[in-house]
Amino acid sequence: MSIKDTLKQDNIRTRIAFVIGLVFGVGLMAGEQGFLGDIWRYYSEDIIYLAKQHVILVLVSSGLAILVGVPAGIWLSRDWMARYSETALQIFNIGTTIPTLAILALSITLLGIGFTPAVFGLWVATLLPIVRNVYQGLREVPAYLKEAATGMGMTPRHILLSVELPNALYVIFAGVRTAVAVNVGTVPLAFLIGGGGLGELIFTGIDLNDPQMLLAGAIPVALLSMLADFLLAKAQYWLIPRGVNPLR
Amino acid sequence: MITLDKLSKVFETPGGGTVIAADQVSMEVPEGEICVLLGPSGCGKTTTLKMINGLIPKTNGKIHVAGRDTDELNPVELRRSIGYVIQQIGLFPNMTIQDNICVVPDLLGWDKNKSRKRAAELLELVNLDPGIFLNRYPKELSGGQQQRVGVIRALAADPPVLLMDEPFGAIDPINRAVIQDEFLKMQKEIRKTIAFVSHDIDEAIKMADKIAIFRDGKLEQYSSPDDLLARPANDFIASFLGSDRTLKRLSLLSVSDVMLGDQIRVTAQDDVSRARDMMREAGHKNIVMVGPQGRARGFVHLNDIADVQGRVEEHYQALPTVVNVHDDLRTAVSRMFRHDTTWLACVDDDGFFKGFITQRAISHALGATYRDAATVAAK
Ligand SMILES: Nc1ncnc2c1ncn2[C@@H]1O[C@H](COP(=O)(O)OP(=O)(O)OP(=O)(O)O)[C@@H](O)[C@H]1O
Ligand SMILES: [Mg+2]
Repeated sequence: MSIKDTLKQDNIRTRIAFVIGLVFGVGLMAGEQGFLGDIWRYYSEDIIYLAKQHVILVLVSSGLAILVGVPAGIWLSRDWMARYSETALQIFNIGTTIPTLAILALSITLLGIGFTPAVFGLWVATLLPIVRNVYQGLREVPAYLKEAATGMGMTPRHILLSVELPNALYVIFAGVRTAVAVNVGTVPLAFLIGGGGLGELIFTGIDLNDPQMLLAGAIPVALLSMLADFLLAKAQYWLIPRGVNPLR
Repeated sequence: MITLDKLSKVFETPGGGTVIAADQVSMEVPEGEICVLLGPSGCGKTTTLKMINGLIPKTNGKIHVAGRDTDELNPVELRRSIGYVIQQIGLFPNMTIQDNICVVPDLLGWDKNKSRKRAAELLELVNLDPGIFLNRYPKELSGGQQQRVGVIRALAADPPVLLMDEPFGAIDPINRAVIQDEFLKMQKEIRKTIAFVSHDIDEAIKMADKIAIFRDGKLEQYSSPDDLLARPANDFIASFLGSDRTLKRLSLLSVSDVMLGDQIRVTAQDDVSRARDMMREAGHKNIVMVGPQGRARGFVHLNDIADVQGRVEEHYQALPTVVNVHDDLRTAVSRMFRHDTTWLACVDDDGFFKGFITQRAISHALGATYRDAATVAAK
């Protein structure tokens, strides 16, 4: 067994240990103090219902962001766009400095309240890091690789699909991870504009000064974001070919 | 065959000026030969090369590859029929070595089994074990190994024509010499028509059947390495080739070209008087002593045996060094200097004595070209 395999296994072991520890901790608290157990008893129905909404918000908004952001990044990275792409990215960068809450508030003025404006606001916040990383990743593919590809008789489409995108994949994935982290962290705010989700328990808990209710929202939100990042990290590790994956 | 006819390239610079990177270049690379494009930095070698496969659009002139006018070909198809090696090697990091080698066969829609089998054969050709390397990624190879893969990748679809832009530029001199030798050995069998850019004179002399010297976009001289070194057409070329250009010619000739193949020799049991007679008859000061099978064992000097009796084995000296008949004259001369001798015994791969080589014969051979030129001029 190579050193790398050993490291990989160690890595997996720490994670398993972490999860077991977490479950144990939760179990202990639930068993001895009954605190978490109480929360679960009172709020399980709400938690499950709202978590579903929450997850749907995440999936729809970040899914749409990937669907739009990747082609947009590709488009901006094309040579014929070179004159405009820097300006476009500047605008995008300014966009990222606007607080997400402000974006959500702005989307109310456009779309009213409810699920749609929430998805829209989240989509905007998620889109930026994706477009930026796709653009950067593609631009960073060395010119000589593209030239070698052209010289060997690849068409521009071939070059994009089998040289540029695979070689930018790591950077693109990093963008998606950042974007999803931003997204998951922002989703609780969606409640404020009528988008639902676990934010409802958090904000109502704050309003009513009810820590149990607050935790009933906060703990699942924390677990969900950990889970999302864990899944993406796994995907990043396994989906990106070994030749261009600095992790492997 | 590659034919360039009054090929020109004018670049527009951002400041509104123009750069003439190629100026009416006309030349022909014959079937199966290596032509090295040589010249100082910025003289237009890469530009000329890239116009051949259309990576840089030409401003003027005509290019024929394998008898076909490139203007009438689809550039993508043209490129798939020309092997291309770049200085940065350019292996695709996201693909395994196998997939890298099979890029063009895959583009051409070859059967995957066939092309993968060919990838393995090609790896063996450059001494890389397919079992180890086929499924590795480029980053898992050394620089020299990557360079080898870069070269065989260009050969994968068996194109008749290769374009190579400083293909061995990215590695250390020792490895470079090894790869150059490997490549020349391969070229003996595959006989591709090759345009090869280099800025290294020694590499050009070693690899080229013909050398094209460029200066400021103009083709200054196009001739064989020996001809170029012996008769540079102008002062620029002469100074570019260096003041030691005659010495460089030494590496173009092999020992067998100037070896005196006369077979006089003695054995250990021969009488010294016999050795004396043979030397006097041939007009030599030394004679080589061979073993029973004919391997070079030692020599006797005429003065040492001028008035002694006995057998050769009682009077011979060990040979300070020998030279292989396949070595180049550079090696031979360097050995002569090192051992302070004016002649060397020449042996074949198995150590059998084949003849000998003298400093006089070498300078005579190098001078022959100049004397021929003088005779031609005098007529
Ligand atoms: N895209 C370009 N635009 C403008 N000028 C260019 C361009 N490409 C090359 N040139 C100019 O054309 C000339 C020839 O360049 P080229 O790359 O062919 O040189 P080279 O002989 O390959 O040199 P080197 O040995 O340094 O690689 C140079 O003066 C260079 O500055
Ligand atoms: Mg060059």
